[in-house]
Amino acid sequence: MTQNVKMEKTKRTRSFSSARKVKNIIIHVILAVLSLIWLFPIFWVIMTSFRKESGVNVNYFFPKHLTLHNYTRLFTDTQVINFPRMFLNTLEISIFSCMIATLFVLCTSYCMSRLRFKMRKPFMNLAMILGLFPAFMSMVAVYFILKLAGLTQGGLIKLALVLIYSAGAGAGFYIAKGFFDTVPKSLTEAAILDGCSQFQVFYKIICPLSKPIIVYTILTAFLGPWLDFIFVKVIVGANDQYWTVSVGLYNMLEREFIQKWYTSWAAGAVLVSIPITLLFIFMQKFYVDGLSGAVKG
Amino acid sequence: MKIAKQKSDFATPFTLKNALSKGNIFTRLSAIIMGLGNMASGQLIKGVIYLAIEISYIGFMLTQGLYYLKMFPSLGYRKEGEVWNASKGVYEYVEGDNSVLLLLYGVVTIAMTVLFIYFLCDNIKSAYKAQYFKEQGWKIKSFKDDIKDLFDCNLHKFLMFLPFTGILIFTILPLLFMISMAFTNYSDIGNHLVLFDWVGLKNFVLVLGLGGKIGKTFWPVLGWTLIWAVCATFSNFFLGMILAIVINRKETHCKALWRLCFVISIAVPQFVTLLIMRTLLQENGAINTMLINAGLIKKALPFWTNATWARVTIILVNCWIGIPFTMLQVTGVLQNVPAELYEAAKIDGANPVQIYFKITLPYIMFIMGPYIITQFTGNINNFNVIYLLSGGAPQPIGQTAGKTDLLVTWLYKLTIDYKYYNIGAVIGILTFIVLSIVALVTYRNTASYKDEEGFQ
Repeated sequence: MTQNVKMEKTKRTRSFSSARKVKNIIIHVILAVLSLIWLFPIFWVIMTSFRKESGVNVNYFFPKHLTLHNYTRLFTDTQVINFPRMFLNTLEISIFSCMIATLFVLCTSYCMSRLRFKMRKPFMNLAMILGLFPAFMSMVAVYFILKLAGLTQGGLIKLALVLIYSAGAGAGFYIAKGFFDTVPKSLTEAAILDGCSQFQVFYKIICPLSKPIIVYTILTAFLGPWLDFIFVKVIVGANDQYWTVSVGLYNMLEREFIQKWYTSWAAGAVLVSIPITLLFIFMQKFYVDGLSGAVKG
Repeated sequence: MKIAKQKSDFATPFTLKNALSKGNIFTRLSAIIMGLGNMASGQLIKGVIYLAIEISYIGFMLTQGLYYLKMFPSLGYRKEGEVWNASKGVYEYVEGDNSVLLLLYGVVTIAMTVLFIYFLCDNIKSAYKAQYFKEQGWKIKSFKDDIKDLFDCNLHKFLMFLPFTGILIFTILPLLFMISMAFTNYSDIGNHLVLFDWVGLKNFVLVLGLGGKIGKTFWPVLGWTLIWAVCATFSNFFLGMILAIVINRKETHCKALWRLCFVISIAVPQFVTLLIMRTLLQENGAINTMLINAGLIKKALPFWTNATWARVTIILVNCWIGIPFTMLQVTGVLQNVPAELYEAAKIDGANPVQIYFKITLPYIMFIMGPYIITQFTGNINNFNVIYLLSGGAPQPIGQTAGKTDLLVTWLYKLTIDYKYYNIGAVIGILTFIVLSIVALVTYRNTASYKDEEGFQ
């Protein structure tokens, strides 16, 4: 009798576990298919960047002949599209705007998080309202203002771009403020009792504790100019001396370039993606730490 | 009740009303000669700074400001061209008025005046404060003390000065400028690109009314924008959440590998992936050619040429882009769900479905609520996906917006391509109104807004 029950039980668990196995296999197959879908376009560019046959539309995944010419061409054939210069432009702009933007974001977010003053809530509401206007709405106006200031001619264009990417950064304080909010108040109170001024609290206590969010802010600010292309397109226009990488890549797909430059475009895309991917992998750790707060429980 | 409490936090006896009613002659005179009160009470440098602000403002107004204010209501009327100069007997070239510049200068002048009034009030209050301190026999703060305060109890003024100036010049000023443009006829229609006038609410009537061509375009574009925002936000959120949960299951092997596969797509710059997708999905693009060669279809699929196809394709491609983000976020949240909750539920005999709906989902929604709202507003303004993928196509001939254009991309086309600046500005304002309705209703109800000090 008892034996019978036992057998029944093992039978049931066995069928249960086999159903489970089937379910698991199905789930893994689905995951694999999805991963393929997600990876396909990325491998497509990588493959295209090594393809010897030029042209846009080919109906095979693996190139017939492999070559590095697409990469070398970006750095040698600089008559029409000067990739190295675009790269340097972007680097310069992103370094300077990153410094200014990081400073602005940290300053405002610290004030919003730790200091209490009359204009705090109004400023927070203002920042929220400003965030709701489409950014492109004011783009034309910004262009006129820059033109008035004489910043749309010659080398000053770069300064104009730096200002565009960094000047308004102070309004994007939300994430860093959230981080500063998690630093225990007792720490700062103790420091003030010991005679620290508010400024000393900021740079002696809060800043060293906030490395993850500082790194996160720096990296996001640095990435901005690499990813944005619309402001550059409008402000710089046809003046290709000051194009950044993203505008350059966008323009390589214009009708007059696409047939000749498509494979090199892919190579350029890969070259731009590599540092950004590395930064992202590096950032991910800080991102998770930054969002989970300063002091671990 | 709440407002009254907030006010009392920063209450001070040194208000404008008190200063003008109880202040001495120097304090009251500060309203005319800035800095006088401070100087009388011994704060020499502070007084001089106030005076310098006043002198430079008056100087600006006399040399330029008044002219701009005078021209602001008319926005200029002189046409550029050649005018007969009788005394010299020649045609002279006369530079006409430029309405854009006059409008911009007018807005700047008004902004400066507002700023000046702020300083004026500040100066009177400060004069009264100094006077009061002197009368009480307290120590009056020297300039050095004021500087020191900037690093301590007035730290916010020091830290916020530059960022706020940046926001003022690069965000608020352009916005005011654009908003004022919505009330003019600055547009390529009727050739009003150099000289234009105020037209009141006419543009709003034009856009919101169903009569004109613009009005007939506006409502469908608004409809598609909302459909897009809802579909894009929720498809990303729910599919991303399911993916995260599936990968996070105990039985799934190689979790890190699966996650990596999806996360790689985030790391590649969005404009690159979007441009790849566009070329892959073109009528003679790789996907179509491969499908035809495989014999699965006979004719190329109209990914960008058929309105419905284009809309569905955009939402699907957006899933490709957005799901990994949600997955990453939800994974983080899932790993933080207290394990006791699950154990307790299991002991109570809950099945997986019940556990999901009673524990996992509410927990995720609690944390991710604000994220969904930001995603939604972000999607209404999602320029990149539309502009880089379809560019608004398919666009019927003679229309300013395509079938997949959102309000933002339409705004871009109207201003950059067609130079209908006024209509563009109206669209911008209407987008803002749509967004603020969404935001006001939801943001203010999130836990993080209500209870920001919950963690401290």
